[in-house]
Amino acid sequence: MAGIVGYGAYIPRYRIRVEEIAKVWGADAPSYKKGLMLREKSVPAPDQDTITIAVEAAKNALKRAAIPPAKIGAVYVGSESHPYAVKPTGTAVAEAIGAIPDCHCADLEFACKAGSESMFIAFSHVKSGEMEYAMGIGADTSQGAPGDALEYSASAGGAAFIMGTKDVVATLDVQYSFMTDTPDFWRREYMHYPRHGGRFTGDLAYFKHVRGGVEGILKKSKMKPKDFRYCVFHQPNGKFPTRMGKELGFTEEQYRAGLLVPTLGNTYSGASPIGLSAILDEAKPGDRILMCSFGSGAGSDAFIFTATARLPKIQGRARKTRDYLDTNPVYLEYGAYTKFRRKILKNVED
Amino acid sequence: MRDVAIIGIGMTDFGELWHDSLRDLFVKAALAAMDDAGIAHLDSMYVGCMTPGLFTGQEHIGSLLADYLGQAPVPATRVESACASGGLALRCGFFEVASGASDLVLCGGVEKMTDVSGGRATYALATAADQDYESFHGVTFPGLYAMIASAHMAKYGTKREDLARVAVKNHANGLLNPHAQYRMPVTVEQVLSSVKVADPLNILDCSPITDGAAAVILCPADKAKKLAKGRAVKILASAHATDTIALHQREDLTWLKSTAVAAEKAYKMAGLKPADVDFAEVHDCFTIAEICVTEALGVVKRGKGGEAVRSGYTARDGKFPVNPSGGLKSKGHPVGATGIAQVHEVVTQLRGEAGKRQLKKARRGLTQNMGGSGGSAVVHILEVMR
Amino acid sequence: MITPPVVRRNTPQRYRLEANKCAKCGKVFFPPRLVCDACRGRKFAPVTLADTGKVVACTVIRTPPTGFSDLSPYCMGIVELKGGTRIQCQIADCEPERVKIGLPVTLEFRRVQEDGESGVLAYAYKAVPAR
Ligand SMILES: [Zn+2]
Repeated sequence: MAGIVGYGAYIPRYRIRVEEIAKVWGADAPSYKKGLMLREKSVPAPDQDTITIAVEAAKNALKRAAIPPAKIGAVYVGSESHPYAVKPTGTAVAEAIGAIPDCHCADLEFACKAGSESMFIAFSHVKSGEMEYAMGIGADTSQGAPGDALEYSASAGGAAFIMGTKDVVATLDVQYSFMTDTPDFWRREYMHYPRHGGRFTGDLAYFKHVRGGVEGILKKSKMKPKDFRYCVFHQPNGKFPTRMGKELGFTEEQYRAGLLVPTLGNTYSGASPIGLSAILDEAKPGDRILMCSFGSGAGSDAFIFTATARLPKIQGRARKTRDYLDTNPVYLEYGAYTKFRRKILKNVED
Repeated sequence: MRDVAIIGIGMTDFGELWHDSLRDLFVKAALAAMDDAGIAHLDSMYVGCMTPGLFTGQEHIGSLLADYLGQAPVPATRVESACASGGLALRCGFFEVASGASDLVLCGGVEKMTDVSGGRATYALATAADQDYESFHGVTFPGLYAMIASAHMAKYGTKREDLARVAVKNHANGLLNPHAQYRMPVTVEQVLSSVKVADPLNILDCSPITDGAAAVILCPADKAKKLAKGRAVKILASAHATDTIALHQREDLTWLKSTAVAAEKAYKMAGLKPADVDFAEVHDCFTIAEICVTEALGVVKRGKGGEAVRSGYTARDGKFPVNPSGGLKSKGHPVGATGIAQVHEVVTQLRGEAGKRQLKKARRGLTQNMGGSGGSAVVHILEVMR
Repeated sequence: MITPPVVRRNTPQRYRLEANKCAKCGKVFFPPRLVCDACRGRKFAPVTLADTGKVVACTVIRTPPTGFSDLSPYCMGIVELKGGTRIQCQIADCEPERVKIGLPVTLEFRRVQEDGESGVLAYAYKAVPAR
């Protein structure tokens, strides 16, 4: 049966706290923290971008899968922060892991849903028998406009999944997608920062589409929330996925392992994939996992996975997601953060 | 091979010479050397210059400088081996005279470094390192020597203060050199508290960005006595050696193999031992460099370079004076000119014309000029002609 | 220099640490060489360097060359990889002053340089403290 044969995540070391951002804009940090259920977020170093994050996540996935990289038939990278507007991210990843040249590469963009898309497509190739292995990655160094609510959450990180049919560690049993054309969040060509529809991004965007995805896949699979050991939803902040989980009938025990947003922030295309990687780090054989992404624009991809007996054998082969998140974070002040994120206007260097 | 002598020397002041162009600097030094030798024409000339293209946008400087010196159509060759370009220019001229091909050859060096910003100068100098495997990653020259220092301190217990003492000594010498860029005394405390550049090196551990030129005139030794009226200096040895230019590819980061090999060849050519030489002008582009160079030259034992400066062994009044001119550290380091300026100082000392900084014992002197982090080295041994 | 041909030519080394090994005496070269400097042998086999090692020399660059000012101050080091080959690279994700000789490191993929605002990006290895 087809599914995941290797997975890996990567999270930069730097963090900034909500208080540090709120201080600059005269905002009320406690209410932001409570409202967003978010304490801090990851920040990419100046030498990190979606390509470097995707490469590190891919290398971790490869360590776990322990397969020859040349056998990977496709590398798909979903992101809303591809370093080049024109020139692929996927080729850089494929080159770095040694999957070139017999490889199909594509970059995807669908706000925060591009990561699950890459998994969806990679899975289709291996399930059809067209490819032995295919890799799907979700990674971002997301931008929120200075002073905007998104600045408190837009963060950096990524996760990679190698799909295959041999030595599967989590079978992908069912998938379902739910789409409408909804302008809740966008970034026009040549603009630095995205814009969004404020409170419109809630009920008619996030909640509608995650609910659609989860209810759709439950119906398709004839399963109920209690059939799952774990669940993970797109997590733009702590509040949305928790409320969604409760409304859909899931409990904290089910979503706790995958809910990283309080200290990670919103890694956009990486968000639900990194959550899934954290779940795979601790899941046991037979555990069933429900994942549902969300991307503004808008839509959701839902998957049902079942951990196999092989999973415990590979969990320790690469650094675990929680270890990236919880070990040795370095906290930045807003000044260093703006330098790291290139928000300071400088002279052209001479 | 014929014996070769130096019959004339000249140099500009070293410093930030805003009014002088590359050609002005060279012509001033060359004319001074020709006047010193009492000659009006040359058979040929060699000019050491590291990177006029990056510093001034000018290449093809052999012809340019021959022309502005009023000597075209004599053959004129630019020689490049990073910061060892000057020393190598002398070696090229040495062979031209020794071979019998020419009688009067000018060997000069020049660098005009202040026309570009500090960042661009740092970049230009870093082209002497391995572009794809060192400079690409953001290393600078102070950075390379700082890594040598970190390794030397770890391996031999060399103290941070020992590095500072090199600067203190060389500034004390440079104070007495009218050509020097920084004629000011410095203390160990001042070096240690100066602006950090590349840990453990501070700004006062580094040679400065300098404009300047120097030139010497060579002729066959048998004609030198008459031409130079008793002020001629004989070149006893000229040696050159190379090494991998990428610091990380060297077996021992603290050992300047090219300098050691060139010195060994030079001693052999001159039929001398290190103890037979009275003093040296060496390539102290950074304080740690002088420490490593004295070891590679065999002046002190391996690992004892720090101790040598601490004990005063290499001071102007010490057993083996090193850098009586003030060295690159105080005199300044116009990279292409440095190798010739070192020879200028040794000849001045051998002639007994060094004024207040004149060494008591100066019969034989050595110059050591180094490219990059030690990827090339040129050693000359000079002796006063009686 | 960050130009498309230079970036492309260096890719096997900068992305995948591809080196070569003298077939006669076994010396490993990074970057790969055409002639062995130890035995003058001209036959080589491809090898890949390890991505872990330790710092053997280091410094903190505080006056960076053009193109590196955003990172300043940053740590540069010489790293001896497992297997003995040495490379030179930045040591990132650290407090530069606290990096000491002997520090165990692993290599990560980073953006090392870029050709201005609109030119190509150059990626390669940097060391980070091992965890
Ligand atoms: Zn060999």
